[in-house]
Amino acid sequence: MAGDVTTRPHEPPQATGPHGASPAVRARGLHKHYGDIAAVDGIDLDVPLGGCFGLLGPNGAGKTTAIKMITCVSPPTAGVLEVLGMDVRGDRRALKGRLGVVPQGETLDPDLTVRENLLSFSAYHDVPRAVAAPRADALLGFGQLTGRADSRVEELSGGMQRRLLIARALVNDPELLVLDEPTTGLDPQARHLVWERLRSLKRAAKTLLLTTHYMEEAAQLCDRLVVFEAGRVVATGAPGELIRGHVAPRVVELHGVEGDARDVARLLAGLAREVEAVADRVLVYTDDGESVVSRVRGAGLNHQALLLRDATLEDVFLRLTGRSLVD
Amino acid sequence: MSTRPASLRGEDGVLALLRPPSVSPRRARRMWQRDLILYRRSWKLNVLPNFFEPILYLLSIGLGLGLYIGDRILGVEYVEFIAPGLAAAAAMNGAVFEATFNVFVKLRFAKLYDAVITTPLEPEDVAVGELAWAVTRSFIYGTAFLAVMGVLGFVHSPWAVLAPVGLLLTGLAFGLIGLIFTSLIPQIDLFSYFFTLFVTPLFLFSGIFFPISRLPAAAQPVAWFTPLHHGVELVRALALTGEITLAGSHGLWLLGFSALLYAPAVNLMRRRLVV
Ligand SMILES: Nc1ncnc2c1ncn2[C@@H]1O[C@H](COP(=O)(O)OP(=O)(O)OP(=O)(O)O)[C@@H](O)[C@H]1O
Ligand SMILES: [Mg+2]
Repeated sequence: MAGDVTTRPHEPPQATGPHGASPAVRARGLHKHYGDIAAVDGIDLDVPLGGCFGLLGPNGAGKTTAIKMITCVSPPTAGVLEVLGMDVRGDRRALKGRLGVVPQGETLDPDLTVRENLLSFSAYHDVPRAVAAPRADALLGFGQLTGRADSRVEELSGGMQRRLLIARALVNDPELLVLDEPTTGLDPQARHLVWERLRSLKRAAKTLLLTTHYMEEAAQLCDRLVVFEAGRVVATGAPGELIRGHVAPRVVELHGVEGDARDVARLLAGLAREVEAVADRVLVYTDDGESVVSRVRGAGLNHQALLLRDATLEDVFLRLTGRSLVD
Repeated sequence: MSTRPASLRGEDGVLALLRPPSVSPRRARRMWQRDLILYRRSWKLNVLPNFFEPILYLLSIGLGLGLYIGDRILGVEYVEFIAPGLAAAAAMNGAVFEATFNVFVKLRFAKLYDAVITTPLEPEDVAVGELAWAVTRSFIYGTAFLAVMGVLGFVHSPWAVLAPVGLLLTGLAFGLIGLIFTSLIPQIDLFSYFFTLFVTPLFLFSGIFFPISRLPAAAQPVAWFTPLHHGVELVRALALTGEITLAGSHGLWLLGFSALLYAPAVNLMRRRLVV
């Protein structure tokens, strides 16, 4: 409870946001160690109520570990962690009743039908039957699964299963919806359908916290992001802020350069603020794309393609973590 | 996460396993209800093999082999002697199968519990719900077999009305053993050791087919420490001989055994599900 905060001597009682409501998540110096591995290595996090908050980071960065602590299924090793104003070490059953969770991977009940999956989780959440049944029907509609209510889970496509996972996370009308990689492994169409469903939840003023490997997803859905790397937060901000703050606005890309891309990068180093070699590509970050393009052309380098574009979150990610999101 | 086996030592040590777990009976019932819903749909498929197995033993060993056993045991035919023990074994099998294979599949392959514990159900509630279901299932098979015994005229004591309690106690003990084993093993193949080295020897040497006094002297105390022996003697005392004090002592033994295993079984499920 928010009231517990006052009893903690080193923490001033400021768990509440500007409007009096507690933030969705507040972490201070949060750690999770597995033996010698520091999966989460001292993070501070402020997820406001309302909107969509994204956790990005390469494989093994600690996203799932953070999500598990937030959803009370893994106890923190050290640090402060409050979700919806409640300490995750306190009354977990009460706190979990206010959350909706889509865990990473496939976790549907394979023995039950689509509708039974929703009804069983309604029961786990103590939703009265009279409420659960009509809500299950509404959620089947939400997940575009109405015609499949009596199908077994294994008969569903990957996209349908993912929409059912999201619908299942909504059976208790949660205040905070937490999704760990909600679109990984889906084809582009199925992914767009999930995005559209998540956007409709945002319109319904839900708070969403999600992890993703897709920059486009983060850019489209998230109002704010944090980037994790090796268990630490390396950047925080709105997508646009991150782009402005970490890379120049325009990017010149050389594809298929001859020889070592790093040599080419060194050759072009004088041209702009940042020049980077990634595999056989060279990226030049600049304020003035056109002039860089003409100077690269003038340098007479051998390459397959030359591209001028706006900087994206992908570039921010590359700068911050030194590698692309999906490895 | 449920991919790694629970550690006996854990972060808090072995002794912490004895701490009374915090269980919400109402939430545990939710897990039990989930299994019941599924069972209602598929019981016709499940009930036959489980139900017929002890009947086959009764026919083959009881009637077939029994033909060559002229002596009466405890004043009855051989087939009537082994029948109560087979009822206890049916209870053991029902509980063990549920608490091992079925729980492991939900734990490891379906990762169902990983999702369930994001709801207000805690790992302790999951463990107790599944335990209750294992006991329920063993009770169903055991009593079905008792009913067959009644129809065949193999029941000789009015105390037989309490025999279902004996089945419950037997199912409870083996549900707990099964849950502990399931929490501790990394992969499903290891269940074959459990069945070959534990369940099958118990079935053969716990006094179902011959009194344990016939075992070599050194093996008799071992049999006395196995729960199936007490389950067999308990059901036999209730359904056949009517020795109620003897039944009471075996019942207390089973109750004590389960009381000892309850906290470790439930706490190990937390260690398995939460890291
Ligand atoms: N149960 C565990 N035991 C030991 N180490 C673990 C455990 N779970 C995670 N780790 C380690 O913690 C680190 C962070 O893992 P985590 O799953 O949080 O990463 P992630 O950012 O979610 O990665 P991905 O994008 O691949 O899902 C990794 O080094 C991982 O190997
Ligand atoms: Mg992850």
